[in-house]
Amino acid sequence: MSSYAADVTALAQKDLRLELRARETLPAMLLFVLATLVVFHFALPPGAGDDAAYGLLWVALVFTALLGLARAWIPEREGAAIDGLVLAPCDRSAVWLGKALATFVFLLAAEVVALPAFAVFFAPLHGAAIAGVVLVNIGICTVGSLISAMAASSRTRELILPLLFLPLAIPLIVGGVGSSISPDSGKYLLFLALYDGVFSILSWASFEYVVTE
Amino acid sequence: MALALVLVFFVAPVDADQGISQKIFYFHVPIALTAYACFGTGAWKALRLLMTAEERYDLESYTAVHQGTIFGALTLVTGSIWAKASWGVWWAWSSNQLVLFLVLFLFYCAYFMLRFSLEPGSRRARSSAVYALFGVVLIPVSFLAIRLANDFIHPTVFTRHGAQMTGWMFTAFCVSWAALLLLAYVMYRVEIIGKQIDANLRELRELLTA
Repeated sequence: MSSYAADVTALAQKDLRLELRARETLPAMLLFVLATLVVFHFALPPGAGDDAAYGLLWVALVFTALLGLARAWIPEREGAAIDGLVLAPCDRSAVWLGKALATFVFLLAAEVVALPAFAVFFAPLHGAAIAGVVLVNIGICTVGSLISAMAASSRTRELILPLLFLPLAIPLIVGGVGSSISPDSGKYLLFLALYDGVFSILSWASFEYVVTE
Repeated sequence: MALALVLVFFVAPVDADQGISQKIFYFHVPIALTAYACFGTGAWKALRLLMTAEERYDLESYTAVHQGTIFGALTLVTGSIWAKASWGVWWAWSSNQLVLFLVLFLFYCAYFMLRFSLEPGSRRARSSAVYALFGVVLIPVSFLAIRLANDFIHPTVFTRHGAQMTGWMFTAFCVSWAALLLLAYVMYRVEIIGKQIDANLRELRELLTA
């Protein structure tokens, strides 16, 4: 059991270290989310309430996550390292979990900038919304890492990732917006936890089939 | 199959006193249920593929999802027609069934995009199988999500055709549903046979030209 955790940690650390040295994806995600928030200011009509702004926050977060996910498997693909990882004597799902953890950290880093910006530009964020953000992050990273691996082996790579991912992200958006604007936010947080649980298990179990022949 | 179609059209006149616009219900709901059945079958075949790695499951899973998507599209169309007839609008976000089918339709269209963007082979079969499984898990989760979303989108109340059906209507509904399931099954078999013939033909051609 501990060797599984060690594998996952090593893999996640590899991704984080690569990103710290290359500094490609994370700055792009940060700038993208800020630019999107500014665009939303112009997209919202003057009379629109806070509710509409919260909705758009979640759209911005999902699309920023898509940006990060599209780049997630690129190091493995370019060096053909994915074959090496599959051949490595570790559980293949550890590869997925390591990638999901690293993507989670990137997304969190982007949100550390985005959420205060949103609070300044639009409307304040309360505890339930923050909890919603964390839960949606988990959902995006677990499902997204699997879908991104699927898309990485296809001809149309970056094109197909949003197509595959967005229908799966719809429940996440519902849960996230609900936790931000609804008075009964506990219900939505519970739903997000359910989504995370179900799809994490499914992704964990099926990752092996996506990367092997 | 001809008998099934005849039955379907025979059923409708039996309830001529209900009013024309309500009769589409006999098509719309069975089509939706058949679509669910097709997606379920597709996911089951996908699971079998992952468990046993037999090639035929890939074709069967793909065909089942194909049928499901066709029936899903029909659900959306018949649902829109019914919505126009009874509520006066082509689309209603407050209709859970329609929104759920829209999400599923998007999901399974992406399935086909995935399939066409991968080279034929075991990689494509397995990725498609995993995606089909995600689809079937998504059905209840999306349904929950849409119900939750209704709270803050449009809490409209409309009179819903209840599940209480009088004797003849229930019979008509069941016959119609059975007929549509039969239709789906026949289309499924025809498509599989057609694709297998295609594959055999291709193999023969390659042997002849090699």
